[in-house]
Amino acid sequence: MSYTSPYELKSPLYYLLIALALLVLCGGLLAVHEMESQGHIITGMNNQVVWGMPHVFAIFLIVAASGVLNVSSIGSVFNKPDYKARSPLAGLLSIAMLGGGLMVLMLDLGRPDRIIVAATNYNPTSVFAWNIVLYSGMFATVFVYLWTMMERRMYPWSKAAGLAVFVWRFVLTTGTGLIFAFLVARQAYASAILPPMFIILSFAWGFAVFYLAQSAIYAWNGKTLEAHVQKRMSRLMGVFVIGALYLVATYHLTNLYFARQTAFEHFILLDGGVYPQLFWLGYIVIGNLLPLLLIFHPSLGKTKSVVGASLAIILGAFALLYVFIIGGQAFPLDIFPGFETSSAFGDGVIASYRPSVFEVLLGLGSLAAAFLITAIGIRVLNFVPREVPQKVEHH
Amino acid sequence: MSEIDTQRRNFLKTSVGAAAVAIAPGIMLFDIAHGKPEGASSKVRWGMLIDTAQCKTGCNECVTACNKENGLSGGTAATDSQWIRKIEIKDISNGRELSLPMMCQHCEHPPCVDVCPTNASMKRADGIVLVDKHRCIGCRYCMMACPYKARSFVHEPLHDQNPDVPRGKGTVESCTLCVHRVDEGRQPACVESCPNKAILFGDLNDANSEIAVKVRAVASVQIRADLHLNPGVRYQGI
Repeated sequence: MSYTSPYELKSPLYYLLIALALLVLCGGLLAVHEMESQGHIITGMNNQVVWGMPHVFAIFLIVAASGVLNVSSIGSVFNKPDYKARSPLAGLLSIAMLGGGLMVLMLDLGRPDRIIVAATNYNPTSVFAWNIVLYSGMFATVFVYLWTMMERRMYPWSKAAGLAVFVWRFVLTTGTGLIFAFLVARQAYASAILPPMFIILSFAWGFAVFYLAQSAIYAWNGKTLEAHVQKRMSRLMGVFVIGALYLVATYHLTNLYFARQTAFEHFILLDGGVYPQLFWLGYIVIGNLLPLLLIFHPSLGKTKSVVGASLAIILGAFALLYVFIIGGQAFPLDIFPGFETSSAFGDGVIASYRPSVFEVLLGLGSLAAAFLITAIGIRVLNFVPREVPQKVEHH
Repeated sequence: MSEIDTQRRNFLKTSVGAAAVAIAPGIMLFDIAHGKPEGASSKVRWGMLIDTAQCKTGCNECVTACNKENGLSGGTAATDSQWIRKIEIKDISNGRELSLPMMCQHCEHPPCVDVCPTNASMKRADGIVLVDKHRCIGCRYCMMACPYKARSFVHEPLHDQNPDVPRGKGTVESCTLCVHRVDEGRQPACVESCPNKAILFGDLNDANSEIAVKVRAVASVQIRADLHLNPGVRYQGI
């Protein structure tokens, strides 16, 4: 393919951002070093809240990595040319976020040096073990998919590879939801609705990340997104946000219906302090109402508003995951249903958790890693969307 | 004797000596570690019956004994390991109060074993649920899965470990039912320490054992029996 990039990413801002991301990544690695030498005592995690801030970042990145491939699927599986032009960028973003997510997940382990043990001992009943296969398979399928799109001789295989990616990411996000759905004893988690909920959330989050990346690339190159593409993409993003909100609402409403779950819902939605605040203000207002307004209000919905909407969706995602992961663990296990309990091990009381700077640095490091993979990827390879020429009747 | 025979004899002597030197430490270490040549038997199901009527509020002897036996600090911060804890429970409907010890319930179908990605969480043939410290990668998924909150994560570097009970920073641990004592035919430390003999330990599968006789004779419950995990620890008087 003869290709001369019109996208010259030479602006000083580009290099500044690369340098900044490297700095943040180094901060993350420094945090890992401290966590490994001093132990998890320097994090906010404890024996009650065993998964903390690193898992919020990891699950956001992994879920968004799956959802961003929606752009590819609409192009390759459903044959929409506007989206097909964007498939390579979506594939790159997916690999970048999956890499960042896995990085933080692995480096938070108590013994990350034993990763070879995870690769060589496989428990077929463990959802984590399934996910090791799902994540590595996802890398492989997306790589093959990118190859079929970027190498002319492989073009005929592009649709088949796109279909494989389409199926794989559904299974992958199902696997992510199942990590929680199979925890029978935890009030916040044991629910079959979690895998579909994560899938629809992934659509919204992945799309928001894609829109941000695309807007940044276009802005750096002084280009504007064609109006019809911009409108189509922003509307679809709005639909995904509504779909995700519906499933989150269903999850809470079904919980409210079960008498044994009402205490938990009361905690997470009303009197649980930071958790209801983050849920209502962070997820509902910033993560849903604000983006819907920015997208669908007649006088808004242009690129700048939709960039704002994308940022709001991402912030809302972090709020929701914090409530879901940390709030879900903070609520005490009901070991003796019908009894009040107390002990020296936090039985019967809301667990406290304050994220430490090391956890946040590790999480930000994973975002920086994902950014670096993307930024360097679009510089060295042909990932940037090129519009399919419009047919005459559109002009 | 020919020169070749002498050489051969010397060679054999040296070989036997070298082999002895190579094997001896292994045999000695095996002895020091109280290793047993035969594995755990699936004919046995170790379990406990805890009589809550005999367990006293404020008494912490079992916890202290466990900490001492297993080299735990005894701290009760949220990041400290607690393999056994006393729980005070109060019936919401009638105000009846009880005190009881809670630890790994050594389930027949342990969720921690199901979720462990590396098979570090495992159930021995005789029903004791353990963590292989050399395989645990510290993902804490088992802690999320345990309905009894029986597991702790080692958050800090360790000092002065009991050689019989190896632990490791960055790995998950829990009550081992004092497997090192059980394998020597002794009782777990908490059982021995209880001043009121509230904890009865033994083989649930042996119809003539004291525990099996008592489980048949008195009403006992398994905690969260609704989850159908069939714990090896039963409670009397709840």
